[in-house]
Amino acid sequence: MRMVRFTPRFWISLAVFSVVVAFGVFGPMVAGDKLGEGVGGLYDPPSAQAWLGTDDLGHDIFTNLMFGTRTSLVIGFVAGAFATVIGVVVGLLAGYHGGRVEEALMGVTNVALAIPAIVVLILLSVALDFRSIVTMALVIAITSWPWTARAVRAQTSSVRTREHLDVARLSGAGTWNILLWDVLPYLMSYICMAFVLQISSAILAEAGLSLLGLGPSDSVSLGIMLNWALVGESLRTGAWWAFVPPTVLLTLIAFTLLMLQSSLDQVFNPRLRGGRRRPGLASLTPQTGVGLDVRGEEGGER
Amino acid sequence: MRLRGYLIGKTLWYLGAMVVAVGLNFLLPRLVPGNPVDAIVAQLGRSGTQAETLERIHRHYVEQFGLDQPLWSQFLTYLGNLAHFDLGTSFASYPAKVESLILEALPWTIGLQLPAILIGWLVGNALGALAAFKGGLFDRGAFLSSLFLSSMPYYCLAIILLYLFAVALPILPPGGGYEYGTTPELSIPFIVDVLRHYWLPFFSLVLIFVGGQAVGMRSMAIYELNSDYVNYGRSLGLPDNRIVRYIFRNAMLPQLTGLALSIGTLVGGALVTEIVFSYPGIGYLLFSAISQNDYPVIQAITLIIVITVLVSNFLVEVAYGFVDPRIRAAQAGER
Repeated sequence: MRMVRFTPRFWISLAVFSVVVAFGVFGPMVAGDKLGEGVGGLYDPPSAQAWLGTDDLGHDIFTNLMFGTRTSLVIGFVAGAFATVIGVVVGLLAGYHGGRVEEALMGVTNVALAIPAIVVLILLSVALDFRSIVTMALVIAITSWPWTARAVRAQTSSVRTREHLDVARLSGAGTWNILLWDVLPYLMSYICMAFVLQISSAILAEAGLSLLGLGPSDSVSLGIMLNWALVGESLRTGAWWAFVPPTVLLTLIAFTLLMLQSSLDQVFNPRLRGGRRRPGLASLTPQTGVGLDVRGEEGGER
Repeated sequence: MRLRGYLIGKTLWYLGAMVVAVGLNFLLPRLVPGNPVDAIVAQLGRSGTQAETLERIHRHYVEQFGLDQPLWSQFLTYLGNLAHFDLGTSFASYPAKVESLILEALPWTIGLQLPAILIGWLVGNALGALAAFKGGLFDRGAFLSSLFLSSMPYYCLAIILLYLFAVALPILPPGGGYEYGTTPELSIPFIVDVLRHYWLPFFSLVLIFVGGQAVGMRSMAIYELNSDYVNYGRSLGLPDNRIVRYIFRNAMLPQLTGLALSIGTLVGGALVTEIVFSYPGIGYLLFSAISQNDYPVIQAITLIIVITVLVSNFLVEVAYGFVDPRIRAAQAGER
């Protein structure tokens, strides 16, 4: 790990994302339980009392924004963690065992990949009468694990034939032992990147569902704020303070996490860093191509 | 022979996926706690519909969904109705048929999305290839802005554009497919009106597509530029435009696949855009169906999304089987 050299891009995107996380974690603590309290009239413009004005119910938008950021981040992290864990376990088992196990697991994965996520998200959310934040996260994770599983399988089967695994098997190590200590370390860098992408896609999935009217019940999230702003006609009445803050935060989160993922890619894949011939080009070059690979789209036909 | 095996395999596989998808589509709304029909009839009752009418509506739905029968026979009824393209009756706008609601909304969605996808694809690929060849500042600028656009949630851009060009600077109408109060007809003023309402949702989609395509095409083109066959061609002294032609051809294949796949996501790809602009397409229909618990309409829309995606993915795979012999070989286990 001494060779790891983090790029400025990595530090900048990490810093920006940390600021967003701090806003979502510490903001609600400082604000206390002011959420849902009326502080003014319908769509009051920003003022000294309400920094970002009020929404269609007279609630403080800045307070909503802090709690909304927290909800969105919690959904992102929980869904991202679940999806990554499921994907890694399925991918490891399939890639390591091969044969029937692999066929069965990859069959399920491919069917899950083929059915568009939005459809499963809509149907599951409709079927759930009350959607808590964790339920939402689970619903999103159910639709997003397959591409991690597929890519992890591809990488695992490339590690499977290494000699140190034979040594481990001969010395009597069990399957889980081998997977955990001899296979997983090779995939750690990939898993980190997949986790970052899972977080951002989960946050965007939640926002999309909320805009359709299927967001978490009884909570504020960035998507719910946008939903309220749209339903409350804030766009047409020009109350920009109702929809600009959540829009900016969502865009910021999506862009920073993408940058974080691609800079991690640069750190872990030294060959993306080199570029002696055309430094300006090559340093930025294939990261998007590999970014696709992370999603497992190119690993499919192998 | 190998091609036939490949095609049969793919067909069976996609049929299986289709069965799973239709099964989910059938099952999930039925998991709603309580009976959706009872819920909707109770709702009608509160709004003061007469008991006799309620009884009739209730009987109609129970009969239509076969709710008094076991689950497997309900599923068969469902499949039978699907085969007749009978998607049931809407709860919210009883007695309108679901398929007529869908057929009303679908042209708006296709008319919005298809041109946006095609134009976004053309412009994005040209921009990406140009950025890769030119390099330097142009490349940096084009690449970073494309990356930003492609990572931006499409509805965020839609919201910002709507606010900027319809509210802050009121040069375009703030939503709807046509002026409120007019009825769709084939006349010049109406078409002009539709076009005026078209620009904003259209541009909000095109910009996102351009971003995604440009990022993809640029990295493909740069990858090809550094590949062995280009170096070999160069050392043979081939003229530049010949090399560019080779590069373009190789970089194009994945991009064409991408085009076919995004045409497949046409129906479900930008549902929220229509909600933002109150555009009378599938997304808006879904939004109002969800807010009114109109399960037959929700089910029909998810079914259409599944079918278009699966069919287009299937066609792409079949086309690949014809175009690329390596894929057939891999499928037959001779990698």
